[in-house]
Amino acid sequence: MFPAPFEYVAPSTLDQAIRLLQQHGPDARLLAGGQSLIPMMRFRLANPRVLIDLHRIPGLDFLEEAQGVLRIGAMVRHRTVERAPLIQQRYPLLADAARVIADPIVRNRGTLGGSIAHADPAGDWGAALLAAKAEVVITGPRGRRIRQRAMPLEEFFVGPFMTALEPGEIVTEIRVPAPGPREAGAYLKIERKVGDFAVVAVGVQIALDADGICRKAGIGLCAVGPTSLRAQEAEEWLVGKRLDEAVIARAGELAAAASQPNSDTRGPAEYKRDMVRVLTIRALRKALERIPGA
Amino acid sequence: MPARKGKRTTGAPRVPTRKAAEAVRPAARQRIRVTVNGRPYEAEVEARTLLVYFIRDTLGLTGTHVGCDTTTCGACTVLLNGEAVKSCTVFAVQADGAEIMTVEGLAKDGELHPLQKAFWEHHGLQCGFCTPGMLMAAYAFLKENPRPSEEEIRIAISGNLCRCTGYMNIVKAIQHAAQEMAAR
Repeated sequence: MFPAPFEYVAPSTLDQAIRLLQQHGPDARLLAGGQSLIPMMRFRLANPRVLIDLHRIPGLDFLEEAQGVLRIGAMVRHRTVERAPLIQQRYPLLADAARVIADPIVRNRGTLGGSIAHADPAGDWGAALLAAKAEVVITGPRGRRIRQRAMPLEEFFVGPFMTALEPGEIVTEIRVPAPGPREAGAYLKIERKVGDFAVVAVGVQIALDADGICRKAGIGLCAVGPTSLRAQEAEEWLVGKRLDEAVIARAGELAAAASQPNSDTRGPAEYKRDMVRVLTIRALRKALERIPGA
Repeated sequence: MPARKGKRTTGAPRVPTRKAAEAVRPAARQRIRVTVNGRPYEAEVEARTLLVYFIRDTLGLTGTHVGCDTTTCGACTVLLNGEAVKSCTVFAVQADGAEIMTVEGLAKDGELHPLQKAFWEHHGLQCGFCTPGMLMAAYAFLKENPRPSEEEIRIAISGNLCRCTGYMNIVKAIQHAAQEMAAR
């Protein structure tokens, strides 16, 4: 199928993009990788009258760790995150997640920022970045100026395909705290076939202190709620404890209780809820294996 | 010396003037220039024209196929500036100024590319509908990874669906092509 007619523009600065968004209001949408938006437009689930392509704007595709923060520009492709040595070595949670997004060809085009802004509750980055305790940086207008603001990712997702973006605002960066010495994560996904959306997926990030007690935990759930979900009670349960099998098992139960899956073509709700429990346990085990001496 | 009147003293970027903003005007149609298999083309397209339909209908290069409407099957895979993309999920206007390679660009001077020969010799196709996409995905992949393992090949073509072969001979064909190309 074909998208409805629209007008296309590819500004070369962020200023211009913001101005265009303001000019055209809710009729306009941003185009990043297009691997979620274009399929929606082909089904006429999205019918923007104006499409603002971000590809010509420089400076949105950085990936670096500096001063304790991993900074990823919104236009960084999934593929770039997947292959970056920095990510593979220091951010295994993100490396795991990048590898299971759609398929390798879609990953050549799709972007991290586009995925976050699209806010599909079945989007892998949402759950992985929630577990990583990420922040999203938003650039937008304030009067005649441009300003940036940052917010925790869990505040950014407000509903299915709905975010806290105000008119004229653009996601420009995602920030993730750099890992400590005894910290690692993992992302596990059940899918019906390669490249599919998750039946269920879970991302975890844990940090241990010198005595092996958990001092930080992040658990993100994919495709089991109206948004990507944070399993807060499960996280709080883990902190302050030694992560033995019994503690991990209980975390799995708490994560499952935090999920709100629907029954659909990918499975019944009870199955999905139990898979949240199973994947949380397996992901925690995998993360622990990745911590030297754990 | 006093600050000049009207000079911006904050560090915040200036929102562009009306004149600058008008230079960036959305358009429903656009003239695009692309190079396809080394040949330049120029055409006017609707903004909503997908690259796969531009390639097939406007340029007449029907080797690139449309096999689904969900960005799943990969039969539409082409190279855009050297990278494999699903051309059903890119607008032609996004390819303005780009270099595109389609399956028609694989053979050189009437001689089949090693990948094409290998698909033929190792029975890597039955109906042939997925084959252009498989060839382009494999071509892009082998450029980056000329000595892949079987598992790496399977992952690389995981965005390309085949309903006929069960993939065994596709993987075999790609393995043989890789060996042949590495030997050159």
